[in-house]
Amino acid sequence: MGNELLEIKNLTTSFRIGDGYYAAVDDVTLTINKNEVLGIVGESGSGKSALAFSIMGLHNRVKIEGNIMLNGQDLVKMSNSKLNKLRGDDLAMIFQDPLTALNPLMEIGDQIAETLLLHKPDMSQKQRRTRVIELLNMVGIPKPEYVYGQFPHELSGGMRQRVVIAIAIANKPELLIADEPTTALDVTIQAQILDLIRELKEDIHAGIILITHDLGVVAEMADRVAVMYAGQIVEIADVYSLFENPLHPYTKSLLNSVPAEGQDKLHVIQGIVPSLKNLPRTGCRFAARIPWINESAHEENPVLHEVSPGHFVRCTCHEHFYIPEESKEEQSDGVS
Amino acid sequence: MWKFIVRRLLITLPQIVLLSVLVFLMAQMMPGDALTGQVDPNVSPEIKEQIRERLGLNNPWYVQYSDWVTGIAQGDFGQSFRFKMPVTELLGQRLANTFWLSLVTLIFTYIIAIPLGITSGRYNDTLLDQAITGYTYLGFATPLFIFALVMVWVFGYQLGWFPTSGSVQPGLTPGSMDYVISKFKHLLLPALSMALIATVSTVQYLRSEIVDTKQKDFIITARAKGASESRVYNRHILRNSLLPIAAFFGWEITSLISGTIFIEQIFGYPGMGALFLETILLRDYSVVTALVLLFGTASILGALLSDIILSLVDPRIRIK
Repeated sequence: MGNELLEIKNLTTSFRIGDGYYAAVDDVTLTINKNEVLGIVGESGSGKSALAFSIMGLHNRVKIEGNIMLNGQDLVKMSNSKLNKLRGDDLAMIFQDPLTALNPLMEIGDQIAETLLLHKPDMSQKQRRTRVIELLNMVGIPKPEYVYGQFPHELSGGMRQRVVIAIAIANKPELLIADEPTTALDVTIQAQILDLIRELKEDIHAGIILITHDLGVVAEMADRVAVMYAGQIVEIADVYSLFENPLHPYTKSLLNSVPAEGQDKLHVIQGIVPSLKNLPRTGCRFAARIPWINESAHEENPVLHEVSPGHFVRCTCHEHFYIPEESKEEQSDGVS
Repeated sequence: MWKFIVRRLLITLPQIVLLSVLVFLMAQMMPGDALTGQVDPNVSPEIKEQIRERLGLNNPWYVQYSDWVTGIAQGDFGQSFRFKMPVTELLGQRLANTFWLSLVTLIFTYIIAIPLGITSGRYNDTLLDQAITGYTYLGFATPLFIFALVMVWVFGYQLGWFPTSGSVQPGLTPGSMDYVISKFKHLLLPALSMALIATVSTVQYLRSEIVDTKQKDFIITARAKGASESRVYNRHILRNSLLPIAAFFGWEITSLISGTIFIEQIFGYPGMGALFLETILLRDYSVVTALVLLFGTASILGALLSDIILSLVDPRIRIK
């Protein structure tokens, strides 16, 4: 206690589709501690990014219910102008696609300096420049003085992601949300960026939410992991428990669909994440994708059960779950 | 930067040369020549042939072309058959009139387009946006010559606020203040009429650019930095949206040319557009060729200008 940085309580984020609101993040309760890396994993469409955008307050025209408490302040109830004081300062985000996340018409240096300008108005122009060069150095950009005056199109994807990171860490945020920071990069660059985030973690002592669908990244970086499926957290545990003793069928299926040594066939999770509109609102949301599991195994209203200290899993179906042999062989059909 | 401009200028030169060749060849292909219908029918064909020989009309086309181009380079577009005066002299004042009319129209076009486009793009799908979009659809649907006639009728004849023909009130000393004011009054109504119609495409273009830019990822980055809504608009959205408008500038000039042809005729404004229609009807080919060449050159220069503007504002186009 007392170590919590961010407390999310019963957060529901709903998008408007046609006449109704549909929850993309459904009743999520989470805590992030100081100096902790919380990994959030899940397929595309499982609500990971929607959760991140809700914390940042970057959604337009959505309905957000619940509380997001940062240092005792509720971000959900906060006015936009108050939120602007936090965003980029205590609260920062690294985006998924560095190729589009930077303004094409603005010099690299100015884009980083803008965050400083907005939150540290007392800084002189010269101080700002010095700080930007320092930040560029920190994120490992060679020749920072030169890069300061360059435009995004003159840099490679990896370099641009470093700039995006520099923007995020400029004001030493308390909470850093990294929304799939390596998805758009190729593998060697991915490793470099992850190393960089790890190094920075030591430097800035921030709580980090690392959103990814790459389990390898999670295993490497995270202290705790939350697995999301269809807007809900289905399992949450510290990283060792999760990888050693995964419980929820979804987590097990995910882990089984990652290639491992000595394994010549991969498990393929049948079907796809249901669209927001067609999401089952009652019962176990994963039931449709594991049809070989008896219906009676599922809870009627699945809730998170604490199976061991700090290890929560939703629904009772995990007790009866097994991965059928035949599904391993059908790897060519089905969408992973 | 300079490298880009010089390179762009070098491309423009052959464009203009090619234009002049095309214009010349098309003029050559038209039936008849300078003597057709100009000479007494009783003059014997032998004499006509002699005159042709003397005027160089029997020379191969490239010799004639080089004579023509040499003349133009010295500011000589030849003689007008109908007006019996040098084309250059005929164009003189009209060129200035059209230039001023176009300039004022352009200014009006942007004065109307930029605030309307920004409002409509920023507050898209609101009542205000729908009103502005409604206006642009009306503008697209209204033919310029009909709209201009209505404008003349309402503001020129019914209300009498503006003069209905000419480019200046007769009897004023050129250069005096009254003269300048009178000139301005004469071109205000035609320029406004043209701008009100021509601006709609720019409004629409700017609107869709803003709506588009609003959803770009770097706008989310800016918001995540804690930038206020007005800062997001002024620093990030606007500049990126105005870029294509700058590129649109050259096209604007081209459409202006076709606009002046109608407008000048309707407002009785002595410019090149009115002269163009007049000389086509009179089959005064030397004037028509000169005008086509000038209009074409203006279009090419317009494109050149928008490229240069674009290279000034868009770093991605600059060549290091």
